Amino acid sequence: MTEVSRVVVTGLGVVSPLGHSAAGYWDNLKQGASGLGPITLAAAAEELTQKVAGEVKGFDPLKHFEERQLSTLDRVSQFAVVAAREAIAQSGVAFDMPLSVRTASIIGTGTGGQTTHDDSFRRVYLEKKTRVFPLSIPKLMVNAPASQVSMFCGLRGPAFAVASACASATHAIGLAFQMVQSGQVDCAVTGGAEACITFGTVRGWEAMRVMAPDACRPFSIDRKGLVLGEGAAVVVLEPLERAQARGAAILGEIAGFGMSADAADLTAPDLDGMTRAMQGALESGKLAPQRIQYVNAHGTGTAANDLTETQALHRTFGAHARKLAVSSTKSMVGHALGAAGALELVATLLAIRDGIAPPTIGYLGPDPACDLDYVPNKSRALPIEAALSNSFAFGGLNAVLAVKKFS
Amino acid sequence: MSDVASDVIAIIAKKKRVDKPNVDLSDRLEDLGLESLDAVEMIFDLEEKFDIQIPYNANTNNPRTEFDTVGDVVKAIEDLVAKKKKS
Repeated sequence: MTEVSRVVVTGLGVVSPLGHSAAGYWDNLKQGASGLGPITLAAAAEELTQKVAGEVKGFDPLKHFEERQLSTLDRVSQFAVVAAREAIAQSGVAFDMPLSVRTASIIGTGTGGQTTHDDSFRRVYLEKKTRVFPLSIPKLMVNAPASQVSMFCGLRGPAFAVASACASATHAIGLAFQMVQSGQVDCAVTGGAEACITFGTVRGWEAMRVMAPDACRPFSIDRKGLVLGEGAAVVVLEPLERAQARGAAILGEIAGFGMSADAADLTAPDLDGMTRAMQGALESGKLAPQRIQYVNAHGTGTAANDLTETQALHRTFGAHARKLAVSSTKSMVGHALGAAGALELVATLLAIRDGIAPPTIGYLGPDPACDLDYVPNKSRALPIEAALSNSFAFGGLNAVLAVKKFS
Repeated sequence: MSDVASDVIAIIAKKKRVDKPNVDLSDRLEDLGLESLDAVEMIFDLEEKFDIQIPYNANTNNPRTEFDTVGDVVKAIEDLVAKKKKS
């Protein structure tokens, strides 16, 4: 077997409903703050039945881009580029030649440029205009965030989007991890982005009848479903030797990655699929289940996900499941679909770094069927050696990352 | 049989997963093999057909416990249609 590299994280970037930087986001998560509020982004928001979402507030594109650049940048790509810039700046990596051609940019997104989609369709269907904005297509394509990150940051290696709905970012980061681990690339800028709070998308989610009207309460009694979110998170991954050689600050280690498909139902979660993805992450990270202290759950707040994820944790961890701290940070930022896995990986990395498990807020009391320690409502000091970050998507596509404290 | 009843039966018949030639008012939803996504699609069809709003959240409502039979669904739709006519 060829020798593989250990893969470490040297940069983090975040745009979220709880702050436009990794530090701001993490401070708010630790405090159990809520980033959910009234929907303001969707055109005709007053007509929507759903009133609440986790919007990125106060994001001024002109603080980050020149006006002429914005004609090609949907909100989702703006988020991706801003998060990538922050992560790269923190890493201190300069993407000169030859590193530029040896660096991957892999960005997950569930839905791509929904704002552009919605605006374009509104023009042609509602306003009966005969034309849409000229760059609508390259602005809304699902690979636009990956392309824009590559262009703005000068990354000339493998670059593409990964689309697996709510697991997109985790699949993207997992692939990037494997490419760095195997030596296919020397560096990766990877994560996920989503900007899905548009009239049409929210209507689509309303029709599925899975949205909570007020708050997202994962694993709690009386939970009523999910709340949409948006944002982006990006990490810089490098082989350990490279990071050490340039004296970089190492923020954590990606230890393993597991993937599975349910091949069952399009929307119903599957105990076997979830379990196999978690087991895969543990096995590929050579981590015995007992070494995990924290799980950042998929935890959408739907009746079915939280029940099935709890069962899958029991099956994966056995008696150790009861010793785990399990929390869903979606309770604070909502479900950012294709960005969720990246936002949650950042939360997991910082939880390990600081020895703090972020809470599941909005927790009203135990559901007898969800019988684990969900870190209700208040964060908790907890030394964490290793953790999992779970993502389980519609379509039955599951992805789990295993993360270790760097030592 | 009322018009509402025959329309409701037609909508439910499209989604049933058992080999049964006719859907009757006395049929239990459970026995027709309806699953949760079927319920969401049926509710959409019913709302479109009758121009009504049916409050339903898949996380908190269980059609199998709230509506035992096809007749229960018909009754609920008739009530909603009547309420709509009044308003």
